[in-house]
Amino acid sequence: MKRLPTWKEFPLGCVVTTPGSAVLFETGDWRSYYPKTDEDKCIACGVCWVFCPDNSRRKVPRKFKRPGAMYADYFDFNFKYCKGCGICSAECPSCAITMIEMDAK
Amino acid sequence: MTELKRIGMEVSVAISEAVRQCDADVISAYPITPQTHVVEHLAEIAAQGHLDCEFIPVESEHSALSACIGSSAVGARTFTATASQGLALMVEIMYIASALRMPIVMAVANRALSAPINIWGDHSDAMLARDTGWIQYFVENGQEAYDMTLCSFRIAEDNRVMLPITLNFDGFTLSHVIEPLVLLTDEQVREFLPPFTPVYRLDPKNPVSMGPVGIPEIYTEAKKAHDEAILASRAVIDEVWADFGKRFGRRYQAVEHYRTEGAQTLLVGMGALTESMRGAIDSLRDKGKKVGLIRLRLFRPFPHEDLRKALGDAGTVIVFDRCLSTGGPGGPVASEIRSALYNLPKKPAIVSFIGALGGRDVRTSQFAELIERGEAIAASGSIPDYEMVGVRE
Repeated sequence: MKRLPTWKEFPLGCVVTTPGSAVLFETGDWRSYYPKTDEDKCIACGVCWVFCPDNSRRKVPRKFKRPGAMYADYFDFNFKYCKGCGICSAECPSCAITMIEMDAK
Repeated sequence: MTELKRIGMEVSVAISEAVRQCDADVISAYPITPQTHVVEHLAEIAAQGHLDCEFIPVESEHSALSACIGSSAVGARTFTATASQGLALMVEIMYIASALRMPIVMAVANRALSAPINIWGDHSDAMLARDTGWIQYFVENGQEAYDMTLCSFRIAEDNRVMLPITLNFDGFTLSHVIEPLVLLTDEQVREFLPPFTPVYRLDPKNPVSMGPVGIPEIYTEAKKAHDEAILASRAVIDEVWADFGKRFGRRYQAVEHYRTEGAQTLLVGMGALTESMRGAIDSLRDKGKKVGLIRLRLFRPFPHEDLRKALGDAGTVIVFDRCLSTGGPGGPVASEIRSALYNLPKKPAIVSFIGALGGRDVRTSQFAELIERGEAIAASGSIPDYEMVGVRE
């Protein structure tokens, strides 16, 4: 396990001096539910991608199979960061995302 | 050098004048009695162009201190002032200001807390903010209020400190009183106070994040670092006060002794009332009683060791608090002094009196009576946790 800093090693006021270092903080292990997309319902609108508070929804350059999709991209989950908050599922206009309890898989 | 003259000036105006001389960059405050004159006068100074600063009028004290954190974070010399309910509203942000190490200077015209609504002086507001991690001191008179304002910016902004300061001065008893004062020249202040150079600042060219989350693995160490920082600030406080004394002849210590030679009974007080207490000590000394006064100027970091030295050999210590810790162990100062002395092998009897609440006067003669009453309580061997004085039964 990585050694954590002692109190003497903290920068003044716990300031963070490395921009973008939040990516080092992997919040995926907080998750007790995970999102699952039903690709038949997904219209690739990107709402889940916009609403995800942890940027753990990501665009992947894959041709979306369903005709009439809004984007050519498909959206999947980065489980390194997904906390399982369920906002994507709540916001999805086509009810394509279901939250499933981790142990239930 | 021109001879410095004593002039008559209201204490609130003197604090504002000191802030002007310190060339504050940002002032954000919300008016509240009895602090109003400080902000009013600063607004006037700024409007007349005598101080090149951003004066940010806000809709509440919560916003005032939030604005101060923002300005301090970009490296601006920042001042605010409040009292009572205003301080209570700031408390949430006070913890953040100190933990983020923002060297804001705040003058607090100490006033009672509601209810019943009361605009007059006591130390309840300051004690509410006791654990916010700010350096805190209490001044006795107008000259000290002025001098401490000048010292505050230098202490707070010292890169070895980087902590906010509350300068407590009693509402009305000091804030609205015209006192004879000696002011420094602007040049003297410039020589005494170096420009503010922050350790970190918000700057788009060199981005940093302030106020990140502290998970359980981090939070305890962050608190420890803050605690060590405020304890270490003591050395700088002493250094700045010593330098001020050397330059301008007025010397300040964390704990002040008045006629304590051979004293068997010591009265302990804080704030403006210690002037009346001096009078009581004088009158009792005239009668041949071995009494003295210990005045607590620095409240955070709490001067444990100084107090052990000052009080450890006394027979009786009588502590007078202007604040009631309702349902608690007695006056806040008294209970901290009890803690400081508890582990000494030989310790004095400690009597806690609480009074002068919500602006009620305690006269010099009454302090003399209290000292004698405290001695009698100590001699009886049955010491109550505390006693509220002057209560109609």
